[in-house]
Amino acid sequence: MKYHKPKTFEEAAQIAAGSNGVTRFLAGGTDVLVQLRSDVVTPDDLIDIKGIDGTKAITKRGDGGWDLGVAVSGAEMMEHAELKRDWPGLVEGMDLIGSTQVQGRATLVGNLCNGSPAADSVPGMIAAGCTVSITGASGTRNVPVEEIPVGPGRTALTKGDVISAVHIPPRGARGGDAYLRFIPRTEMDIAVVGCAVNLRLDGDEISEARVVLGAVAPTVVLVEDAAKAIIGTALDDGALDALGATATAACNPIDDKRGTIEFRRDVAAVLAKRAAKIAYSRAKGGQQ
Amino acid sequence: MSKHHVSATVNGDPVEYLCDPRETLLDCLRDHLGVMGVKEGCGTGDCGACSVTVDGRLVCSCLVLGVEAEGAEIGTVEGMGTEGNLHVLQEKFIEHAALQCGICTPGILVAAEALLKKNPDPSETELRYWLAGNLCRCTGYDKIIRAVMDAAADMREAS
Ligand SMILES: Cc1cc2nc3c(=O)[nH]c(=O)nc-3n(C[C@H](O)[C@H](O)[C@H](O)COP(=O)(O)OP(=O)(O)OC[C@H]3O[C@@H](n4cnc5c(N)ncnc54)[C@H](O)[C@@H]3O)c2cc1C
Ligand code: FES
Ligand code: FES
Repeated sequence: MKYHKPKTFEEAAQIAAGSNGVTRFLAGGTDVLVQLRSDVVTPDDLIDIKGIDGTKAITKRGDGGWDLGVAVSGAEMMEHAELKRDWPGLVEGMDLIGSTQVQGRATLVGNLCNGSPAADSVPGMIAAGCTVSITGASGTRNVPVEEIPVGPGRTALTKGDVISAVHIPPRGARGGDAYLRFIPRTEMDIAVVGCAVNLRLDGDEISEARVVLGAVAPTVVLVEDAAKAIIGTALDDGALDALGATATAACNPIDDKRGTIEFRRDVAAVLAKRAAKIAYSRAKGGQQ
Repeated sequence: MSKHHVSATVNGDPVEYLCDPRETLLDCLRDHLGVMGVKEGCGTGDCGACSVTVDGRLVCSCLVLGVEAEGAEIGTVEGMGTEGNLHVLQEKFIEHAALQCGICTPGILVAAEALLKKNPDPSETELRYWLAGNLCRCTGYDKIIRAVMDAAADMREAS
């Protein structure tokens, strides 16, 4: 294994493109080192992106949105009061990852690129409408987060592609987001179901919404029918029931020791309703 | 395989070591620097026995590569107190019998100290969540929680 510490994303992309073997990028290393350790993946070229300028920065843009460097850890996001105020759901999804120690290192992009369908920060990023910059051989392009995961452990990134930044849209007025997951314990476990909701209000009515489910299909899924079920409503009981039904219908889960197919379908509906209520109350200025 | 030369500080003292890029910071601390307070429980981020601070941030040293520590300030249990001059947390662990085999103890002490630096007055719930990544097979946790809460109260009074 060769360790590289490039100074620019272009250089990182070139090293990856020129490698003859297995490459991994090293952000927080909380997936890479576990896989290295358990002999699942020993990269031939390990490319540490933390020496690149700006990878630790959290920056508020002129339009009110945010740019996050790709080495920003979960702990740094949690400590950023203004980011948390704008996007509590996105930040709490990241905060659910692992222990305090894991939080000190783990990143959004590592969670995304590891490609787990149960990745806790990914539903929140997709619900928020985040995009990522990808630097590759042909320059840099901007891609919505929902286009990155393509299957368990697989992403749309091709050889020589490296994610160089995360972009969060402006929060804007009367918006709120939330993320909930179900795990059999209270800490340190993998989501059986995860659900993120992001919405905006016009008066009491929902004018925009995005509903995203994790751990119930081969990838995290953006459920458009679930959004439609609540847009134009004030999240009354009828809308909540319709939301639950569409969430259940969007599930294509596995059966395993953490949860049966039936259980996951059921919990998807419960979490979608609860997350929507929290997002709705946050959009109204509530603290929950 | 070419070795990497790394310069860092451990508990304020400058150190240098040569490491294979696959070696973790945990391996480097124990095998190259003889810092034996850092323990290996699982090697995969689950148990917290290997907890250290890197530039003030609490991490699992089994999930950091030795090469990544270039220029870093590393803190371990050895930096907390000495045999004749224990840290309040260490005294309280003895007083409350918050350890038995002791494998988890250095990691928990380092983790607890990191919390109290950030928040000198944590609630019990905050403390339990903070330490959720530090497993103990012996004590049942309650004594650990009481020791840390007691130490925190003493430290607040002393400051
Ligand atoms: C004890 C423990 C508990 C955990 N608990 C959870 C949990 O509750 N929920 C959860 O979702 N995950 C959990 N994880 C998994 C892991 O912590 C997360 O997936 C984390 O967000 C990974 O981020 P990282 O920065 O450490 O990634 P790394 O390990 O550095 O990288 C992960 C992958 O992303 C790729 N990558 C990294 N950066 C880039 C980039 N800039 N461009 C392209 N590819 C890149 C790497 O090549 C690699 O394949 C846990 C892990 C441990 C050890
Ligand atoms: S040895 Fe590092 S967490 Fe268990
Ligand atoms: S005292 Fe034995 S593991 Fe905690």
